[in-house]
Amino acid sequence: MDKINEIICRCEEITREEIEEAIADGRTTVSGIKRHTRAGMGACQGRTCSKMIMRILQQKGVRNMKDMDIDTPRTPIVPVKVESITSEEG
Amino acid sequence: MRKAEILIIGAGPAGLGAAIEAAKLGAKVVLLDENEKAGGQLFKQIHKFFGSKQHYAGVRGFQIGEDLLKEASDLGVEVLLDARAVGMMDDGTVAVLHKEELIQIAAKKIVLATGARENAISFPGWTLPGVMTAGAAQTFSNVHGTLVGKNILMVGTGNVGLIVSYQLMQAGANVKGLVEVIPRVSGYGVHAGKIKRAGVPIWTSHTVIEARGKDRVEEAVIAQVDEKFQPIAGTERVIKVDTILLAVGLTPKVELAKMAGCALTVEPTLGGHLPYHNDEMRSTNANIYVCGDIAGVEEANTALDEGRLAGLSAARELGYGDDSVEEKKMELNAGLCALRMGTFGEKRLECKERIMKEWSW
Repeated sequence: MDKINEIICRCEEITREEIEEAIADGRTTVSGIKRHTRAGMGACQGRTCSKMIMRILQQKGVRNMKDMDIDTPRTPIVPVKVESITSEEG
Repeated sequence: MRKAEILIIGAGPAGLGAAIEAAKLGAKVVLLDENEKAGGQLFKQIHKFFGSKQHYAGVRGFQIGEDLLKEASDLGVEVLLDARAVGMMDDGTVAVLHKEELIQIAAKKIVLATGARENAISFPGWTLPGVMTAGAAQTFSNVHGTLVGKNILMVGTGNVGLIVSYQLMQAGANVKGLVEVIPRVSGYGVHAGKIKRAGVPIWTSHTVIEARGKDRVEEAVIAQVDEKFQPIAGTERVIKVDTILLAVGLTPKVELAKMAGCALTVEPTLGGHLPYHNDEMRSTNANIYVCGDIAGVEEANTALDEGRLAGLSAARELGYGDDSVEEKKMELNAGLCALRMGTFGEKRLECKERIMKEWSW
């Protein structure tokens, strides 16, 4: 089956193949894969793909769900216009 | 900087339950919701709930939502809509994007009732227009009166997959069938029965392996899976559909909890990562309570009662109410136990007991 165009991270257009390469390259966490491939670094901040990446890590026998870490969330957790931040009340 | 005694993030059944109980005891409550209307998923629930009368058996979800909203507003709960919590600051204040303006809210106690998000699964073609989550299709049909497609394949037979399939059939869509990766239907028999009686096939031990189409979904390829859930070659079957809906579970929205330092655990039965909490819904951060789907994906009635518990506990901590609150909390915990019965509930109860046993701060 042709898996080449199976996108995992839609925002950054990262494919399953790229995620699997990152794992073969020694990345064992969602954060590690994110830094290596940019999966989860786009506008939605990994809201859909992080769970898929966890599933791939599990399928590959790299990590159990039980000792899976979620990526560190940072403010703002959703996209915010710069205008909204600069107009912040005292 | 705005101030609140109790800030509740998320106005679905859990957040509304928390707001109502805390306000009843006299606490000053601010309730946020990112949507234009409060009520969370209740406003999409056009089916009748079942269970006991205490848990709104026989009442449709959106009617429960209307009742709770009215009760909260009668009690003087301040509701901020189009208000999305975007971060937790180190000093405990919450950054909120309210109608495009960033505001800060400082609260003595915070109740996180942020809910859950829908999972997706990937397969070649899943990014084509026409593939979406079941909940999105339900929002389109039940809130906006729009059918997302004519010929539909549903992926997943949990209650979301079953209920949304039936509602789309009622709305005039042709549901071509449902696939379920495990060997049996995973939702309630009462919902599956309605679909089966209408003659719609449910293919168990099957999954979708590809979506095909030029500019949008034109057909879905499904296949039988082996005991390791891998597609079996030669069992592929092509189904002409314009829409593939994914009803493959939910994940608690824990970003704010993690940012506030709440310790997380993992319970796949309850949706994955979620904050530890005790039987009064307190997280490992003394000022933060969690309730509803963020504390483990369950149902609207459990969310409502967990919310009530969180609201009572937070208000009591601030000195509101008297000893009778403890009695009320015991009743609610007993009610939650009763809701977690049967084949489906027992597994959730087991997880909840483990989470509470491991909780400490």
